[in-house]
This record gives sequence, C-alpha cells and structure tokens, in this order.
Amino acid sequence: MSYIAKPGVTHPSLHKNKLGLTSRDYEGTVSTLCAGCGHDSVTAAIIQAVFELDIEPHMLAKMSGIGCSSKTPAYFVQQSHGFNSVHGRMPSVTTGAYVANRHLTYIGVSGDGDSLSIGVGQFVHAIRRNVNMCYVIENNGVYGLTKGQFSASADIGSKPKKGLPNQQEPIDPVSTALSLGATYIARGFSGDKVQLVPLLKGALLHDGFSLVDIISPCVTFNDHDGSTKSYAHTRRRDHHVVDLDYIAPMQEITTEYAEGSATPVELHDGSKIMLRKIDSKYDPTSRAKAFKYLRDHFNAGEIITGLLYMDDARKEMHDLMGNVDTPLASLPIESLMPAKGELGNILKRFR
Amino acid sequence: MAGINDVVIKIATVNGTGSASANGLLRKAIFRMGIPVVGKNYFPSNIQGLPTWYEIRVTKDGYQCRSDRVDLMVAMNAQTYAKDMGDVISGGWLVYDSTWPRSSLLNRADINVVGIPLSRMCNEHFDGVRTRILMKNIAYVGAIAALLDIDLEVIKGLLEETFAEKGHLIASNMEAIHLGYDYAVEKYSCPLPPKVEKMDATGKHVVIDGNTASALGCVYAGATVGAWYPITPSTSLMDGFRAFCAQYRIDPESGKRTYAIIQAEDELAAIGMVLGASWMGARAFTPTSGPGISLMSEFIGFGYYAEIPAVIFNVQRTGPSTGMPTRTQQSDILSCAYASHGDTKHVLLFPADPYECFTMTPLAFDLADRLQTPVMVLSDLDIGMNDWMVPEFEWDDDYVHDRGKILSAEELEEMEAFYRYLDVDGDAIPYRTLPGTHPKGSYFTRGSGHTKLGAYTENSRDYQEVVDRLTEKWETARTLMPAPEIVYSKFNKAAILTFGSGNGACKEALDRLDKRNIGLNYCRVKAFPFSDSVRDFIDKHEVVYVVEQNRDAQLRALLILDSEAPPNKLVALLHYNGMPITAGFVVNRILEEMSKGQAA
Repeated sequence: MSYIAKPGVTHPSLHKNKLGLTSRDYEGTVSTLCAGCGHDSVTAAIIQAVFELDIEPHMLAKMSGIGCSSKTPAYFVQQSHGFNSVHGRMPSVTTGAYVANRHLTYIGVSGDGDSLSIGVGQFVHAIRRNVNMCYVIENNGVYGLTKGQFSASADIGSKPKKGLPNQQEPIDPVSTALSLGATYIARGFSGDKVQLVPLLKGALLHDGFSLVDIISPCVTFNDHDGSTKSYAHTRRRDHHVVDLDYIAPMQEITTEYAEGSATPVELHDGSKIMLRKIDSKYDPTSRAKAFKYLRDHFNAGEIITGLLYMDDARKEMHDLMGNVDTPLASLPIESLMPAKGELGNILKRFR
Repeated sequence: MAGINDVVIKIATVNGTGSASANGLLRKAIFRMGIPVVGKNYFPSNIQGLPTWYEIRVTKDGYQCRSDRVDLMVAMNAQTYAKDMGDVISGGWLVYDSTWPRSSLLNRADINVVGIPLSRMCNEHFDGVRTRILMKNIAYVGAIAALLDIDLEVIKGLLEETFAEKGHLIASNMEAIHLGYDYAVEKYSCPLPPKVEKMDATGKHVVIDGNTASALGCVYAGATVGAWYPITPSTSLMDGFRAFCAQYRIDPESGKRTYAIIQAEDELAAIGMVLGASWMGARAFTPTSGPGISLMSEFIGFGYYAEIPAVIFNVQRTGPSTGMPTRTQQSDILSCAYASHGDTKHVLLFPADPYECFTMTPLAFDLADRLQTPVMVLSDLDIGMNDWMVPEFEWDDDYVHDRGKILSAEELEEMEAFYRYLDVDGDAIPYRTLPGTHPKGSYFTRGSGHTKLGAYTENSRDYQEVVDRLTEKWETARTLMPAPEIVYSKFNKAAILTFGSGNGACKEALDRLDKRNIGLNYCRVKAFPFSDSVRDFIDKHEVVYVVEQNRDAQLRALLILDSEAPPNKLVALLHYNGMPITAGFVVNRILEEMSKGQAA
C-alpha cells in the first residue's frame, strides 16, 4: 500500500490525447492494495488503454463486484461513474446499465473468486447475451481479502502458503468463454504491459462481450514456490500466440508486418486491430482449433497469452434484441406514453 | 341461499383441457348482462392432468371476494366428483356429464342433479379428439345458460368478437352452446330459481386480473426495462407488459423497440439488472414472488444504501419455502419491509385490487425516483391472477411523472462541485446524476461504507451521518405515502384494519355485521411506512381487528414496530390456508372475539 499522496500538478511535457487530456487525467485515487500487487499493473494498463483510445472519462462506466480486483475501479479514471456492486453480481448490473444506455463504454473488473465461484452464473450469462462490455478478470487463483483461500481457478497441485495443495479441477475462464461463444477472448499477464495494453484496447473497442483474463499474481498469498499463479511461474511458462496492435481510424497501416504474419481486422468505429501471429499454427478464428490448442498447451504446463479468439460477426445484445439506437434511459417519458385517450381502447377487451 | 343475480357457480375440470376460455365466456356473458361477477381460479402447480376449478360468483351487490358456498357445481372431472358433489350447498344443483352412469354411491338426497350427455352429444356432432374436448366445455356453458337464463344473444356476440377472423368457429361454437342449452331446456325445468336477470351495474367497469393491470401501469409509468425470472404467480405480469409493448413501444420510424425485456438467469440477476438500468436513469422493474424476494434480498439492501430506485412487484403466494405456489397468501410483508441484512427498511405499496395495481404502479415508479430507493408493490395471487370487476382505469394524459432529483448537464455545469449524498434541501433526499451526463456528475456508487460526499469510509462518524440521514429520509417517505382508506360507520369503539386483498372480504363483512346491528369502523392501509393517520385511527378505538392472510400476524407486528401501536388493542384475525379470504370468515371470527370479550 502506498502512503504517498499523488502530486496535484502534472509535468507540462506530458503527452496529451485528442481530448487534450494527459494520462494523469485518467488516474484514480491511490491504490490500497499490497505493494507489488499484479492488479496495480492492470490498473496502469487500463489507464493507458483508455487514455490512448481518447475515451471521454464520463462516458466510461467502471463496474465491479467484491474482492481485491473489484476495488480497483476506484484507482483509475476518477471522472468516470463507478459501480462497486455486490459479490459476483457485476455482470447483471452491467447488463442492466448497458441495456439502459448503449452509448457508454463499459469495463467490468472482476476476480477469479468473483467471476468463477460466487458469480459464475452471471459471468456465463453475460457472455450468452453478448453484452457489449470489456470484462477483465484479474486472476490470481486465491482469495486475498479473506487471507489466502484457493479460488476456483487454482490449478491442481498448486500449493498454498499454508495447508495442502489444491486437488480440484480449475475453472479456466478462457475455455469457458470459448465454449459459451464469447466474441473476443484474450489472456494477458499483469507483468507484460506491452502485450496487455493492446489486448485491452481491442476489448474496449470490440462490439460485443470481450473477456480479458489476466494472470495477476497475489504477492501476499500466492507468489511463492509451488504456486502456479506466481510472477516467476507465469514468466517461465508464458507463451504468446497472437498479439495485437491497435491502429486508430484514419491512421495508415505501416508495413512493418511481414506478409502473412499480420491480419488487419476493422472495428465498428473504423479503427483497426492487427492480429500479429507469433505461433503460425494458431488460428484465432476457429473455436474448435483454439480449444485443442489451449488444452494441449495447458497439459504441457504452458500459459497461452494473446488474443485467443475473435468473432466480429455476431450481433451484440441491443442488436439481438432489436432496440432503438437512442439509449432507453434517454427517451423522453412523453414519447413512451400510448396516444392520448388510448386507455379507453385498451380496456375494451376487458369488458 | 342463492337468489336472483346471487349465485355461485363452480366448474371442476382437468388442467390443460381448454376449459379456461369456456369459463371466461360464461363469466363475460353474465358481466355483459350488466350483473357484477367475481372470477376465481383454483389451479394446481401442474401443466396437464390435475384438477382445476373456476368459480364465478354472481353478486348483485358487487361484492369482490370469494363466496364460501357453491350453489351450482359443474362436475366435469371424475377424479374429484365425490368431493365436488360434497361441496354443493344443501338445496343446490349439480350438473354432470350423463354420458356415463354415476355410481349410486355418489348420490346426495338434498341436492338437485342435472345430467347432460355432453360427451355423447359432442362426439356425435364434432370430429377430432381436441375439438370434441373443447366443444364439450362450450356445451356445458350452453347448459348453464339454460339453467340460469343467460342471454344467448350475448354469448353469440362474445363469440363473434373472439372469432372475428375465424368465422366458421362462431357457428361451431354456437352449435355446441345449443347442444347443452336445448337439452337442458327439454329435460329440465329451466330456468332454475336462482337465475340471472339483466341489470345495469357494470357500466364503466372492466373485469381484469391484477398482473395485467400492473403491466399496463408499467407502460403508463414509462418503464423501459423489465428484467425477471419466471415464477408463479407473477409470470403473467411480464407476459402482459410484453404484449402491451409489442403494440405501444415500437418506434414508428425504425421499427425498433423502445423497451427491453430480459429473462434473467435467476432473481439475483433480475434485480441486479434493474438496479443497473435504474442507475443509468431508465425506469426499470422486476416482477417476482416470495422465493424471488429471498434471492434478491442482498441487492435490495444495496439499493437502499446506495440509494438507487427500483420497482419490485411481489405477487405473493403461499409460503414458507416453495410452499403452495398456486395458492394465495399475504405472508411476505415482514420479509419485504426489512429485506436484506443490516438496518434496512423499504417502502411497500399494498394494492387491494387490479384497479389499484394500475394506479399504484406509476406511483411506485414516482416514489422510487423521488425517494431514490427500491419500492415494492405487494399484491398476491388472488389479486394478480383472478378476475376482478373494478371501475375502468383512468389516465390523465397531462400527468407529469416525478423523476425525482436528477441533475441535468446544464445544472452540473453551473455547479462548483457535485457530491452524491449531501442533504441539500433538508428533506434528507440527495441529488443524483446519471452516468454520461457531464464529467462533473461522476461519482462512485458503492454498497460499502461511504461519507456524505460519496467517498469510501471506515470512519464511525462519517458512516453514521449517512445512515442517520437515511432514517430521516424514511420520515420523508412517510409523508409521501398514500393515505389509508378509512370508513366510519357510526360511532363504535371497535374497528377492522386490513390491507390488500383483504379489502373485499372485510367490506362485505362490515355489511353483514351491520345487518346484525354491529357497526364497526374500517381502515385499509395502502402503504408502508404507515402514515400518521393510521396510528391516529388505532388510537380512537379500544379494539382493532387486524385481518390478514398469514399465520404470524405480520401486519400487526409491523403496526407495532413502525407506528408503535399498543399491542393489546390489536387482535389478529388470521386466514392462511392458501384460499382467498371470505367475508364469512371475517364475520365468524369477529363474532367469536366479541363473545369472548362479553364473557370476560
């Protein structure tokens, strides 16, 4: 935990985005997490992604549940609306908020306990509905605030600080999301910001549900030898497959990508992401192949990172429902009333 | 005893055989003759095969509750034949399908038996198994029409409306009507003494169920988001909303929807969606029943503490646990009043009938917005799923909905700084902002301890300041609640106090007691927290009979808790067997209590 207050002035040479804001304008209050917590690195990556995407702070909604990860929305983009809900229920609140106002950008920050244990039902149903949100899981395999119990993402054989190794099958959010038809699935590592920021930008821009599962080590309860979610273990086993580069609308695609190694994907706002394949055998457009690849490498003890699956064709929630483009919350109430005197006609069938 | 325009018809059928439309036809025909009716369903938690009953009370006095007698039983279900026959009042009538002989054991000397060979006649006149079953239902309507002298032209008119686009069905249904009608006229002396005669007592009235009325209320409240998990007996509320929206909520230019209905994965998600949508500024609601409230409780407490509007319809059923899902009760008022852990209390509205389900729905949304808190509308299965004759609803097209204290972008621009939980106006209601309006309006919504400025806190004084303001807000809420319905008969030291669907039985009981020269005063509470006038009413009486449909006298407990009413004055009269309460129950219990008082 940092006890040093942030300075109130910014350096004049700080880079500004299109809105004239600096990255400092996208910061939040001082983190109260442990020093070295992976979640703080994720917070920094979110700040950079939102800043670089020129998102107006008040047009961003930061949603969370309960847990260490769910505290972090207070630590980024202070001028955004935040909603720290109840344990495991962030997806339903986000679904409701999004259904009421489709014009905001939604980022939900959750953890492995919040999303894979108490909230697994809401997690899977938000995917089914293809809620247009960026869903971040800060995955450390452990409950921090209640002091070190395993979560549902703990790997078999992973050793806790005290007690016996985990014996139960882990729930992997990535393969779960893949089986449910999530339309953007990525995995990153809190210690690799260079890879993580583009993954988050792609997720924020994707039109539909995007999952970014981030291995984010818990320095206090799950960073020792024998842990499979430690910094050391993740660095040793991390295997990039498809990385991303983000290209803003109107920006020319430079030719630094070798032909065949990069695929541009145009997003709904005119921007593009370049899928940069590192393992040429990986196909991020095939669910079946992605499954097998993930499973094979999981069995080999490897942690696959990068953009693992993307489907830009499926309709997001509002379009599936056939809703108007204007946010439902902005429709003038008078426009929602049946015509004057219509009640009499409605009641005729009850006579 | 039955008389002209005072007769109770009960029809026993098998669930899933299509009798509902025949029963509806019968009930509507009597209503169209200008005679007040009450329609009650007694149905099983089942899709097909189990016994089901529909009861039509023809009541010239326009009483609203179930009667406790059966004058004319239509026994169409062999499974329940013996019991159904046993239910007929001495001197009453029993109609049965005489295609098959009745066992000689199943006879009662004190009732009149009317045999109509419904199956045989329908098999002779119609083809196809399904058609024959459906027409048998229509044929018993014809027989009852003959026995009670129901106008065939009215029945024909109703069929013409129903089958306006399927003309051939009008003729075949009328044929079935005549099979029953003509046979009854030929073989029995029709009409019976308790028959119907045209009246003029249903003008400007409708017959409607409470869930449909609430759904219509949601349309007029400007609700745009409904999230729900299907549960009996609330399901027809969302069905109704969907049907109304399909007609009135399609944008004419784009053909797209100006409403969203989400079938959630469970009630936890349904209320989460409602809070998310309300936080964004949409008017959002969820219909549910007792088990749903149990699941929603954590979020209801969140809504209370974070001060987010929400409208929850609890169409109560018989508890505890799964209880009897297709039976009625008023047993959730305590769990709703104090839903969730910690110090929480919630605004409740108690509609007494479908008319109030309609009028109280826009009110519920207005109160939720004004008070920035979840508001629960507590009806029950009796109101929600039965057919009530009520005055036609009215809507003032100039009505201005109260969206409460929401700051606009212009107002925020002018402000120095915005703080979410400050009591600026002294009414303990803070201002709120909607996400996306203006950068200055941003704040962090949380269920954890917060200061009046909206910041996280673990400081005792700052925490207490906010929860104490919530107590003050509760007192503001009290002043905004609809006043109780109070009726003074003549001076009397005793009174009846009830709520919700107890209204019909209590009003009828007052009339019956009046005929015995027992004049009681009457108070029907419409909302929680109780207005000061409720306590004043109790203070004026020596004894108040609290009539409610639960085992544990929950309304009585709430009166003591919230109004500090003296417990020794409040005598609970409790009806909790799952059937709607009757006037007979109220009268008998009051006479019992009064005789106890005299003995002492």
